[in-house]
Amino acid sequence: MKEENTLYTITIFSENTVGVLNQITTIFTRRQLNIETLSVSPSAIKGIHKFTITTFSDDEEVMKKLVRLIDKRVDILKAYYNTNEDLVHQELALYKLSTEKVLEHGSIEYLVRKYNVRILEVSRDCVVFLKAGHYEETQGLFDELAESIGVLQFVRSGRIAITKSKVERLSDMLAKREQLNQEKLES
Amino acid sequence: MNPPTEAAEPISGSEILIRSLIAEGVDTMFGYPGGAIMPVFDALYDHKDEIRHVLVRHEQGAVHAAQGYARVSDKVGVALVTSGPGATNAITGITDAMMDSTPLVVISGQVISSLLGTDAFQEADVIGVTQPITKWVYQIRRVEDIAWAVSRAFYIAASGRPGPVVLDIAKDAQVNKCVYNYQKTTFLRSYQPVPEVEEDEIRKAAGLINSAKKPLALVGQGVLLGKAEEELRSFLEKADIPFASTILGLSAMPTDHHLNMGMLGMHGNVAPNMKTNECDVLIAIGMRFDDRVTGNLKTYAKQAKVIHFDIDLAEINKNVKTAVRVVGDAKQTLPMVTRLLDKQSHSEWLSEFKPYEQKEYDCIIKNELYPESGEIKMGEVVNKITEATHHSAVCVTDVGQHQMISTRYFKFTQSRSIVTSGGLGTMGFGLPAGIGAKYGAPDRTICIFVGDGGLQMTIQEFGTIMEYGVDVKIILLNNNYLGMVRQWQELFFDERYSETHLKNPDFIKIADAYNIRGRKVSKREELDDAIDEMLEHQGAYLLEVVVETKGMVYPMVPAGGTVTNIMLGNGYTL
Repeated sequence: MKEENTLYTITIFSENTVGVLNQITTIFTRRQLNIETLSVSPSAIKGIHKFTITTFSDDEEVMKKLVRLIDKRVDILKAYYNTNEDLVHQELALYKLSTEKVLEHGSIEYLVRKYNVRILEVSRDCVVFLKAGHYEETQGLFDELAESIGVLQFVRSGRIAITKSKVERLSDMLAKREQLNQEKLES
Repeated sequence: MNPPTEAAEPISGSEILIRSLIAEGVDTMFGYPGGAIMPVFDALYDHKDEIRHVLVRHEQGAVHAAQGYARVSDKVGVALVTSGPGATNAITGITDAMMDSTPLVVISGQVISSLLGTDAFQEADVIGVTQPITKWVYQIRRVEDIAWAVSRAFYIAASGRPGPVVLDIAKDAQVNKCVYNYQKTTFLRSYQPVPEVEEDEIRKAAGLINSAKKPLALVGQGVLLGKAEEELRSFLEKADIPFASTILGLSAMPTDHHLNMGMLGMHGNVAPNMKTNECDVLIAIGMRFDDRVTGNLKTYAKQAKVIHFDIDLAEINKNVKTAVRVVGDAKQTLPMVTRLLDKQSHSEWLSEFKPYEQKEYDCIIKNELYPESGEIKMGEVVNKITEATHHSAVCVTDVGQHQMISTRYFKFTQSRSIVTSGGLGTMGFGLPAGIGAKYGAPDRTICIFVGDGGLQMTIQEFGTIMEYGVDVKIILLNNNYLGMVRQWQELFFDERYSETHLKNPDFIKIADAYNIRGRKVSKREELDDAIDEMLEHQGAYLLEVVVETKGMVYPMVPAGGTVTNIMLGNGYTL
């Protein structure tokens, strides 16, 4: 069933071994899916990394198959997908502006208040803004800055996200697996 | 075999590798030496009594031989190759094993760790290349990791849905020393080989089967891999369910079992393909609905409620939407369902298969197996050989027309009797896989069916046969064509035979050069005698049979077509 193009967020927990990202991206490639954003960092559990990947698809079935193929890999602990409604999500963006242009502009307070901007750096040459938010928000600020002041450099992070709904905690899943193994060994 | 589990003195990584293999019960491996794996071959020299190494003539042959060994024996196949070209030559076999879920551990040498990533001599990015075609791959750069990695490799290769594992060992890790301490792996927190059984789905499956009027079971290799043949038999017999096999599921049940309706798929039997689209409950057991089985998914078994038994969660709903999923090991789940089944009789449903069987016999089988004149047919050769071996031999095939004919007409009385490249369709697979099968099942007769095209892809393995006196019976069905491609050209490309005719060498002379007894037969009257001579001969034998030049394999479901839209050939229609 073809649906509208939906942005899916895929969350993956893996062992911290060499080449895991390659294993994951290969599966995206085989399914002809483009990665929109990617964020990787150590998770709350030592030795386990967390990947947050976003991708567009017009078919939820494809997402189901994708996470199963990822989950199947030996080094992957858990993989699941969500849509935006299930998530609290965030991206970070940095904007480098010319100090001279900023001063010429004269109404920085308005932009800072409107977009809840944090100013990280002010030097003779440049001013660096930080904006956290959804894609539309970081893009909105970019568009406005680009038009009124001009942006010297711009970078946006991959999405990070937390589920609103109740999902099994990774630590609980691991504890259960360890317990089952223990029972198996004893029997 | 009782290897020491601990040695107080530090020993070389190569010695650790060999001891680890012995600890895993490895007694045979297939390989080819080269610079970056020399320390391992050197260590092997001290363990000739414990591990038999078979020197093949090309690394592709090593992996295929390990596959043949694993398929007939239920052990993990092991191949040992060098870095760079050694490893890349192994790629085809590794991919084949991945597609067909064959447990392998392929060990490749690698340049010393300080040279990694510098385009060193005979360096290849083995990890990068093999990651998508393996179940697991690990690069060992430190001697301390060897025992640990071997232990994991064997656990991963053999457990759950089996598959190939690659260990890429840097040369310095082979040479450096540490204390040997081997521990078998039985658990990895990130890997659940067998999913938890869902009792609800077991009950639902049994309920659905109990209410079915026209059940049909599809038997795949999962039954053989899970050693669930007896459990399958009880299941099928209790509820009187007719079944058909995928190409890799052949031999899980005897060919002559009264519920056996034959083989599925593109060149499978007419009756089970037709009945797939008439049954009310379709029960898939350890099979993955490959496109060569299903044809067009949009018209495949749409009327049926599908029950899918599988150990791999990623297979559920991958191609065919299932009503009930029975996840887990078939050896465990089949009896759980069987217990809840009513004793049934589906004699009326079973009798519905008969007219199609008769039609297929009259239009195709009769002329293929018992022709009275004209050129020799592939089918009659296969039929004579399966009869002469009392249906107890191992049928090894290469890929192409002869493969379809062999799997259609070879008969099976015991499990693990088919060795063929199903998923990848690798020409050149047959000869080396047959060599491996002989090592895996030394007491059985190994019949390798090959075509003139495929044989020449790995013909150098005649050298391996000669060196070790491997007793395999090679049946070359020679039509001087790449027959299956030629068949498609005839059917779908206006008989434009582009690059499919082969000018062949004198195969008997080649065999003779390798000291392999051979005989070429082109007359029907000589066939029986030649087969007897082959089977009576102690040692390898090449029987070349000149078969029909433009033979066709029927029935045929054209690729992507509806499974009931079956071509019978020769002007016949269903």
